[in-house]
Amino acid sequence: MLGPIRIMWMRQIKEYWRSKPRLIASIAQPTIFLMALGFGLGPVFQQAGGGDYVQFLTPGILGMALLFGSVFNGVSILWDKQFGFLKESLVAPVPRISLLIGHSIGGATTAVFQGIVLLPVSYFIGFRLDSLLFIPLIILFMFLISFLFSLLGISMGAKLDDPEAFPLIINLVIIPIFFLSGALFPINNLPDFVTPMAKLNPLSYGVDGLRGTMIGSSDFGIVTDIGILLVVTFILLVISNYLFEKLET
Amino acid sequence: MNAIEVDSLTKIYKKFTAVDNITFNVNEGEIFAFLGPNGAGKTTSLKILTTILQPTSGNIRVNGYDVLHKKNDVRKSIGVIFQSNSLDEKLTAYENMEYHAVLYRLPKKEIKGRVNKLLENVELLDRKDDLIKTFSGGMKRRIEIARGLIHTPQVLFLDEPTLGLDAHTRAFMWEYIRNLKENNNLTVFLTTHNLDEAEKIADRIAIIDKGKIQTIGTFEQIKEITGVDTLEQAFLKLTGHEIRR
Repeated sequence: MLGPIRIMWMRQIKEYWRSKPRLIASIAQPTIFLMALGFGLGPVFQQAGGGDYVQFLTPGILGMALLFGSVFNGVSILWDKQFGFLKESLVAPVPRISLLIGHSIGGATTAVFQGIVLLPVSYFIGFRLDSLLFIPLIILFMFLISFLFSLLGISMGAKLDDPEAFPLIINLVIIPIFFLSGALFPINNLPDFVTPMAKLNPLSYGVDGLRGTMIGSSDFGIVTDIGILLVVTFILLVISNYLFEKLET
Repeated sequence: MNAIEVDSLTKIYKKFTAVDNITFNVNEGEIFAFLGPNGAGKTTSLKILTTILQPTSGNIRVNGYDVLHKKNDVRKSIGVIFQSNSLDEKLTAYENMEYHAVLYRLPKKEIKGRVNKLLENVELLDRKDDLIKTFSGGMKRRIEIARGLIHTPQVLFLDEPTLGLDAHTRAFMWEYIRNLKENNNLTVFLTTHNLDEAEKIADRIAIIDKGKIQTIGTFEQIKEITGVDTLEQAFLKLTGHEIRR
C-alpha cells in the first residue's frame, strides 16, 4: 500500500514543481492578499482598537492559501478523469484508498510548501512569530488543514463531471469557508445566526490553531483545534473513499 | 481453460440497454475481436470485463476469476489499453511506466530494467525522459502498449487500439501483439469497427450490434453462415444498412 501512496504523492509534487506559472501564482496570490489587506485595513483595525492587524491577519491568509491550494489540488482529480489518466489508476490492482491518500498527501505537501514560503514573506510586511519553537506545530497545523481540504477537493472532483462548472462550484464552496473562518475578522463578534456556521466550519479551527501557534492567541485551544481537524478529516476520508470506490469511467 | 467466460451479460443504463444478454468464451492464446458499429456495446462490454464498470446481470470470469467478487485478481492478470489517451501528459514516458509498475507491485529493483526493455521494444527508449505532451498520437499509443505489458498480463484488452493511428504504427502494433501471442501465449481481446483489422488479426470474431452478438466464429465460418464473400458484406447483412445515431 505504501508504494502506490508514495508514487501518487511524488506525482503531485513533480507536477506542481514543473508548472512554474502555477508555482508562482500559488505564492503570489496570498502575498498580494497579505499586502493589500495588511496595509489597507491595518490602520482601520488599529483605530478600532483591534491591535496589530498584520499579526492577526497573517495566520488567516496562511489558512486561506492552504485552503485554496489544497482544494484546487484535490479537484485536479477531475482533470485526471477528463484526460483519461484516472482510468489507468482505477483498473490497477490497488486499494483505491491508497490512491486517495497519496493524492491528498501530495496536495497537502504542495500547499504546506506554499505556507512555508509565505512565512518569510510575511516577515517583510511586519509579521513577527511569537516563538520560533512553535514552528513544528505550525507546520503540523498547515498539514492538517491541507490534508483535510485536499480530501474535500477530491470528493468534489469525484462527483463533478463538468470542467466548466468547476471553478464556479469551487468558489461557491470555498469562499464561504474562507470568510466564515475568522481568517480576516474575528468570528466571536458576528451576529448570532452566523456564529454557529463559523463554528461548524473546520477552517475556523485551523485558523485558530495557526493563531495559537503563531501569535499565541487561540479561542478554542490548540488541543481542541487538532481534535476537531482530525475528526473532520476522518469523516471526509470515509466520504471520499466511498465516492472513489463508486467511481466508474 | 477459457481465458474469458461471459454468461448472459446485460448492462442497462437507466432505460437504455447497452449490452443485451450476451454469452461467449475466449480461448487462451487467442486473438478475439468484438466487431461492431458505433454504439453497439463494445466499449461497455470491455469496461465490464476489465472491472471498471458494474454489469446489471451476468456471470463473467477472466482468467478464472469472477469480475465482481475477485476484482483484484482480475486486475492483476490483465492489461488494458483504453480507447482514449490514459497517459499523464505532464509526466515523462519513463515516469508513466514507473507509475504503472509501482501500482502493479513490481519488485523495485526490477522496475528500471523492465521499463527500459519495454520502451526499447516499442522503439521509444531514446525519448524516455521526455514529457508525454511532446509525443505524437502514435508514440503515445506505443507507450500505452508498453505500459499495459509491464506486469506481464495473461490477457490484454484493447479498445479500438488503432483508431487514429497511421499505417506504420498500426503495422508495428499488430506485429508486436501477434508475436506476444505466439511467444508468450498472450490472449488478446480487442474491440474494433474496422473490418480489415478484424479480418487480418483476429482468430475469431464476434459481430455485435445493438447490444447483442449477431454471430460468432472464424472469418471463414462467418462467411459460410451468412453466405457472402467478404466480411464487409457479412457485416452489413447482419447489422443492416442504416446509419447509427
